[in-house]
Amino acid sequence: MKMSTRMALLDVERIREDFPILSQQVNGRPLVYLDNAATTQKPRQVIDALVRYYETSNANIHRGIHTLAVRATEQYEAVRGKAARHIGANNERDIVFTRNATESINLVARAWGDANIGEGDEIVLTLMEHHSNIVPWQLLARRKGAVVRYAGITPGGYLDMDSLREAVGPRTKMVSVVHASNVLGTINPIAEVAEIAHAVGALVLVDGAQSAPHLPLDVTELDCDFFAFSSHKMLGPTGVGVLWAREGLLDTMDPFLGGGEMISLVRPDHSTWADVPHKFEAGTPNIAGVIAFGAALDYLRDIGMSDVRAHEAAITAYAMDALKDVPGLSLHGPTDVRDRGGAVSFAIDGIHPHDVSTIVDGYGVAIRAGHHCAQLLMRCLNVPATSRASFYIYNSQAEVDVLVEALKQAVEVFSRGDARTAV
Amino acid sequence: MAMPEPPFDDLYREVILDHAKKPRNRGRLADRTQHAEGMNPVCGDEIALDLRVAGDRIADIAFEGQGCSISQSSASMLTERLKGTTIDEAARVAASFKAMLIAGATPAPELGDLEALHGVAKFAVRVKCALLCWNVLQEGLEQARRQLARGGT
Repeated sequence: MKMSTRMALLDVERIREDFPILSQQVNGRPLVYLDNAATTQKPRQVIDALVRYYETSNANIHRGIHTLAVRATEQYEAVRGKAARHIGANNERDIVFTRNATESINLVARAWGDANIGEGDEIVLTLMEHHSNIVPWQLLARRKGAVVRYAGITPGGYLDMDSLREAVGPRTKMVSVVHASNVLGTINPIAEVAEIAHAVGALVLVDGAQSAPHLPLDVTELDCDFFAFSSHKMLGPTGVGVLWAREGLLDTMDPFLGGGEMISLVRPDHSTWADVPHKFEAGTPNIAGVIAFGAALDYLRDIGMSDVRAHEAAITAYAMDALKDVPGLSLHGPTDVRDRGGAVSFAIDGIHPHDVSTIVDGYGVAIRAGHHCAQLLMRCLNVPATSRASFYIYNSQAEVDVLVEALKQAVEVFSRGDARTAV
Repeated sequence: MAMPEPPFDDLYREVILDHAKKPRNRGRLADRTQHAEGMNPVCGDEIALDLRVAGDRIADIAFEGQGCSISQSSASMLTERLKGTTIDEAARVAASFKAMLIAGATPAPELGDLEALHGVAKFAVRVKCALLCWNVLQEGLEQARRQLARGGT
C-alpha cells in the first residue's frame, strides 16, 4: 500500500508574511522555529479571528435570544463542520469540542470506557504513545481491574505489527494508537491496526495530534472509531481539542462532565441529557478559540493538505540528508520519508540533548530536547532524552541549513574539552 | 552582516566540559554510610551520591548519574570540593553555591573550581541542572547529622 510521496515546496516567503511572530530576532539572530510538534505558530488570520470575535460577536452561545448570542452560536457551530471535513468525516454531529487531544482521549476513557471495560478486559496501546494516550487508560484500568498491554516497536522505528497481533486477544476491548509519532515521526498503518482490532470486536481510538496538522485525512479509510486532535498544533489557538466518533457511538455513551449546556431537563433527583454532541460539552466552551480554530482550518484548506504534506516531506527529506553533515549525529525513526512525518529526533555522540538545545538556541534556533512525554519510548530507544526538530508549512531549507550550522557549533563547543584533555 | 556570537564561553567553560567528560569520583562506595538520590522529572537527569562520614567529616564521596553536561559536571566538582571537609563546611559550600546560582551572588572564595558554574545563572532553565546534586547532597548531610546525633560512627 506504499504510495509514492509527492515532494514540493510551498511558497514559504509568502506564507511567512502571515505569521507575525516569525519575523523576530532571538539572541540577535532571525528566529528559526523548529518546535512545531509541540505547538505551531498562528497566522494573522487566526489572531484576527480571535480579536474580531471579541470586538464584534462576544456572547455566550446557545439558549441566548439576543442578536450577539445568535451570532456567536452560529460562528461556533460552523466550525464543527469544518473540523469534520478536515478529517474526511461527513457528519458534524459526530464532532465534540474539548480543551485538547488529551481531554478528548480522557473523555473516551471515561464516557465509553467506564461502561464498556470490565475486570480482566484488555486495552492495547503501543510503546510509542504520548503520555496522553497512556495515562487515561491506566486510570481506567485501575478503576475497573482491567489490563493495559503494549505492542512494541521494530529497531527501525516502526510499529511492530506482529507484536500488535500478539497483544490483541479475545478480551481486548480497545486499541488506542498514535497516528504519527511525536518522537520518531513514524506514520502508523491505522487501517491495518483497525482490521486487527475489529476482528476481535475491539474499538480503535486514533491519537491524531501529530497527523491532523500534517496529512490529508479520511477517517472512513482509516476505519477507526474515535479520532482525537488538537487545534494548537495546526495553527489554531491553545485550549481547543476535537473528538470525532464513528456515527452512533456518541449516542451510546454517558456524559463525561456534567453542568450547563449538556442537559435537556434538570429535576431535583435526575436530569436528562442534551443531544450529541452538546451532551459532551458541559459549561461555557472556549468559544473564541473554537471560532479562531475555524480560521486555522480555512487557512489549511486554502493551502490544501496534500500540498502541506508535500512540503513537509520535501523539508524532512532535505533535513535528514543535511543532518548527516553533523559529526556524530544519528537519527531515530524511519529513514523513508514516505513512512514518516516532519518530527525528526536525533542524538549527537557525547552531547546531551539539553546541551544541544541550549547551544542552538544561542543561534536563534528553537528545537525541543527531552523525553517528549514519551518515557516508554525513551526506554525502548535506550536513551534518557532526544533532540527533536519538527517542521511546518513556514519552514524553509535555508532554516534547516541554520540548524545544521548551529549543531556543528555544538559539536565544536564540546570538542574544546577534548583539546584540553589532550594537553 | 555580523551577528553576535552566542555567550557559550560563560556556560560551557573548559573546566565544566572536562568534568563532564572525565567525571571524578564516579561510582559507588562499598563502605558508604549515607546514600541519597534525586532526579529532575522534567529533563530526566539523575544523581545518586554515596557518602562515607567518619566523625563529623566526609571521609569519602562518590556519585553516579546520567544527564546533561551541567548536571554531571556539577556533581563531579561537588565530590572533588567536599571530599575531606566537615559536614558543616559542606553545608556552607552548598549554601554559597545556591546563592551564586539562585540569587546571582558573587562566587564565594570557598567555592573554588565550582565558580566555573557561575555562568549557568544566566540560563534560567539550566539552573536546576546544576542544583540537582546539591539538593541530593542536602539529604545526605541531613542523614549524616541524624546519625551524629544518635552518636553513630
